[in-house]
Amino acid sequence: MSAFLLKRASTWPPLAAAALIGILVLLALPYLLSPYHLGLAVQMMIFALFAMSLDLLIGYGGMPSLGHAAYFGIAGYTTGLLALRLSLSVWLAIPAGLLLAALTAALFGLLALRTRGSYFLMITLALGQVVWGIAFGWRSLTGGDDGLPDVPRPDLGLHLGLPWSLTDNTPFYYFVLFSVAVGTFLLIRIVTSPFGYALRGIRESETRMLALGYNVWRYRFVAFVLAATFAGLAGCLYVYYDRFVSPDYLHVARSAEVLLMVILGGSGTLIGPAIGAALIVFLENVISAYTERWLLLLGLIYVVVALFAPTGLIGLVREFRLRRAEP
Amino acid sequence: MTALVASDISRNFGGLQALSHVSLTVEAGERRLIIGPNGAGKTTLFNLLSGAMAVSSGNVLLFGRDITRLPTYARARMGLARTFQITNLFPRLTVLENVLLALQAGDQSAFSLHRRMRANHQLFHGADALLRKWDLTAITGKRAGDIAYGEQRQIDLILAIAMQPKVLLLDEPTAGLSAAEVVRVVSMIRSLPREITILTIEHDMDVAFELADRITVLHQGCLVVEGDVEAVRNHPQVKEIYLGVD
Amino acid sequence: MTFWLVQTLNGISFGMLLFLLAAGLSLIYGLMKVLNLAHGSFYLLGGYIGLAVIHVTGSFVLAALAGSLTIAVIGSLVERFFLRRLYLQELPQALLTFGFLFIFSDLATVIWGRNPETIPKPSMFRESLQLGAFYYPSYRLFIIAFGLVVAGFLWWLQEGTRVGAMLRASVDDEETARALGINVSVLFTLVFALGAFLAALGGVMGGPIVGVYPGADFEVLLLGFVVVIVGGLGSLKGALVGGLVVGLLDNFGKVFFPELALFTIFAPMALILAVRPAGLFGRE
Repeated sequence: MSAFLLKRASTWPPLAAAALIGILVLLALPYLLSPYHLGLAVQMMIFALFAMSLDLLIGYGGMPSLGHAAYFGIAGYTTGLLALRLSLSVWLAIPAGLLLAALTAALFGLLALRTRGSYFLMITLALGQVVWGIAFGWRSLTGGDDGLPDVPRPDLGLHLGLPWSLTDNTPFYYFVLFSVAVGTFLLIRIVTSPFGYALRGIRESETRMLALGYNVWRYRFVAFVLAATFAGLAGCLYVYYDRFVSPDYLHVARSAEVLLMVILGGSGTLIGPAIGAALIVFLENVISAYTERWLLLLGLIYVVVALFAPTGLIGLVREFRLRRAEP
Repeated sequence: MTALVASDISRNFGGLQALSHVSLTVEAGERRLIIGPNGAGKTTLFNLLSGAMAVSSGNVLLFGRDITRLPTYARARMGLARTFQITNLFPRLTVLENVLLALQAGDQSAFSLHRRMRANHQLFHGADALLRKWDLTAITGKRAGDIAYGEQRQIDLILAIAMQPKVLLLDEPTAGLSAAEVVRVVSMIRSLPREITILTIEHDMDVAFELADRITVLHQGCLVVEGDVEAVRNHPQVKEIYLGVD
Repeated sequence: MTFWLVQTLNGISFGMLLFLLAAGLSLIYGLMKVLNLAHGSFYLLGGYIGLAVIHVTGSFVLAALAGSLTIAVIGSLVERFFLRRLYLQELPQALLTFGFLFIFSDLATVIWGRNPETIPKPSMFRESLQLGAFYYPSYRLFIIAFGLVVAGFLWWLQEGTRVGAMLRASVDDEETARALGINVSVLFTLVFALGAFLAALGGVMGGPIVGVYPGADFEVLLLGFVVVIVGGLGSLKGALVGGLVVGLLDNFGKVFFPELALFTIFAPMALILAVRPAGLFGRE
C-alpha cells in the first residue's frame, strides 16, 4: 500500500510528535511569555492565516496576486465599523466581514480571472490600490488616513459567569488561537481534497486540465473567493487585536508583505508561509524598534529571495535533503 | 455511426492561413491517420477538433452533435481526449497524482472541497491498475518532471486513456522515442479497444501505416488526399510531397 | 465652456505624462516579458534628481537630461546585474523589481525627506497663452506637444529603423532573432534603459504640475498600470490612447468626485477587463 500514500510513511512519527509538541507549546504560551511577546505571537498567528490564505491562491492555484490585502482590509473595515458604530456582536460582525471580502473577491475574480501571469499580477495590484484609494478618500465612512480607533474587543456573549473578557491578553490569545486553528484546519482540508488536487493540476498545466475535462475557470474562481475569505478572517481578527483600522490594511505594502511571507516560507506548502509570516512579523517588530527603514529591508529581502531562494525556506530544506540523499 | 466530423473548417491567423476548408468524416472505431509535412496544419487540425483553438469558419460534430462553440473541457466531458505533441504533464506532481487527476476528471466529486483525496480507495485502485497494466509501477512515486522522456510520453498517453474516451486524438505519440519505446507505444495503441475512435498524427512512416485504416494527407493547410493505406501510399501527389522519404 | 476646455487640456497634458510612463512599461514588457514594478521609482527618482539639478543650475533642460540619463544608467545596471539572472522567470523577475520599488522608495525619503516639492517651470513656459477666450498655462501645452513628439519618435524608432525591426523580430520570436544574429541581450539592456529614461523624463516634466513627493511612485505606478490595462500591455498605441483616457478620467474624477477619484478610474478598467481583457490594442 506504500505506493498509495501521498506522504511518505517514514516521516509520519516525527511529524506527528512535532505537531503535538507544537500544539502544547501554543496552548501554554500565555504562561511563558510577557504581554508584549504574547501580542507578537497573536500577530504571528493572524498573519500566518493571512499568508496561508494567499498560499492557497499562489502555491496551490498558481495565481500570484499583489492585491490580497484588499480582502484583509475590507473584512477589517467591515467588522471594525460594525463593532464600533453599530456595536454589533462579534457573531455578526465577523460573518459580515467575511461576506464582504468574499463578495469583493467574486467581483474582482470575474474581472481578473480571464488573465494570467504578469497581467493578472498587475490587475490584482491595480484593484487592490483602487480599494485602498477608496478607503483613503472616503473620510466620512472610513475616517480616511486617520482611520478608525477604539474598536471594541469582541464580547462573546457567553454568560457562563467566567471571570474573563477578551479585553484581557490571555483570553484574547486563546480566541485568536482557536480561530486560526479552525481556519488552518479548513485550509488543510481544502488542499487535500479533490478540489485541492485539481487546483494543483491547474497550476501545473492548465491546458492539460482542460483537455481532461475540468472547468478550469470555475476552480480558479472558487479558489480566489476562498482565499479572499480566509484573508478576510485574518483581517477581522487583526482589527479586534489592534482595535484600530486604517488604509494601511489595504496598501500595496501590505500585499507585498504577505506575498513575501509566502515566497520566503515556500509556496505550495501551507506550513512554509506560516513560518514565513512568523519570521516577517518578528523581523518587522525588531527592526521597527531601531529604525524606520522597514520598507528598505523588505525590499532587500525581496531582492535576495527572488535571486537566491525563489522556492523559499521549505524549498531550500528540500534541496538540502535531496543533496544529502544522493551519493 | 459517425464519430467525428469536421465540416469545411478553416483557421487563419491574421494573414496566415493555417488550415483551409478541410472536411473529414471519421467513423466510430476507425483508425485514422493524419500525415503531412511540417507546417501542413496537422496540430492545428487537432487544436480545432479539441477546442484548444476556435475555428475561423466551419463546424465540428461529435457523434452528431455540433461542438463548434463548445469549450475544450466540455468536449472532453463528451468523450474527446487528446495527447500533445510537446509532452504535457503535471511536472511537479507525482506520476500517481497525474493519473489520479485524469481518472477523477469525469467525476462529480472532483469539485469536492471536504472529501479527502486519500480516502478515495476506488480511485487509487484504478490508478494502480492502469499503471500496472502498462508496466509503469516503478515510477509511480516519482515527479512527472523527473522521469525519462520516453516514460513521459507514455504517461501522456495514459492520461488520455484514463479518461475512458470515445474519441482519441494522438499527436505524434512516438516523437523522440527510441526504437524499443516506439514498439511499446505502438503496441499500447494497438491494444486499445476497437470501440474507441483514434486519430493519429504521425511522422514516422513505418509506424504510421501500422496504425491506420484510412489516411488523410494534409499539405500547406489543405486536404490533399484521403483513402486507405494502399491508395495513399501509391498516390503520385503524396510521393511528390514526401520526395525523399519512403 | 471654458471650464470644459481647460479641464480637457488638463486631462490631456496629464495623460501625456502617463503616456511617457506607460510607453516604457509596455516596451519593456513587450520585449522582455518583464513587468517592471520599479517603474514608479524611476519616475520619482527622476523627479528628485531633476529637482536637485535645477536647484544647483537653474536650468530645466539640464535637470531633465540629468534626471533621465541618470535613471537610464541605473535602469541598465538593474537589468544587467539583477534582472538578467532571472531570465524567463516571470514571477521572480516581477518580485525583484518589486523589491527595488521599495528600496528606492525608502531611499528617496532618506535622501530627500518627506516634504512634497515642486520643480519650477522652465523660464520659457512660465506665462499663460491666450487661446481664444481664455488663458492656459503654456507649460501644459508644451507637455502635450512634447508628448506627441516623443510618441512620434518612438513610433518611428519601432517601425522605421533597423533597431526597431530587430526589436519587433525579438518580440515576435526571440529564438529566431538570436539565431539571426540579433544581439538580444544588448537589446534588452537598451530597451530597459529607454523605458527608465522615459519614466524619469516624465517625473521631471511632471514635477511642475504634479509635484515630487513620497508616495508618488506608487500612485503613478497604479495609474501606469491602469493605462496599460486599458490600452494593452506591449502596445505603443495602447499606451498613448490609454494614457489620454486615464488622464482625462483622472482629471475629471478629481474635479467632480474628489473623495472617490479612484473610482472613476476603476470603472473603465473594469469595463475593459470585462469586455476585452487584453486591452484595446493588446495581443491575446
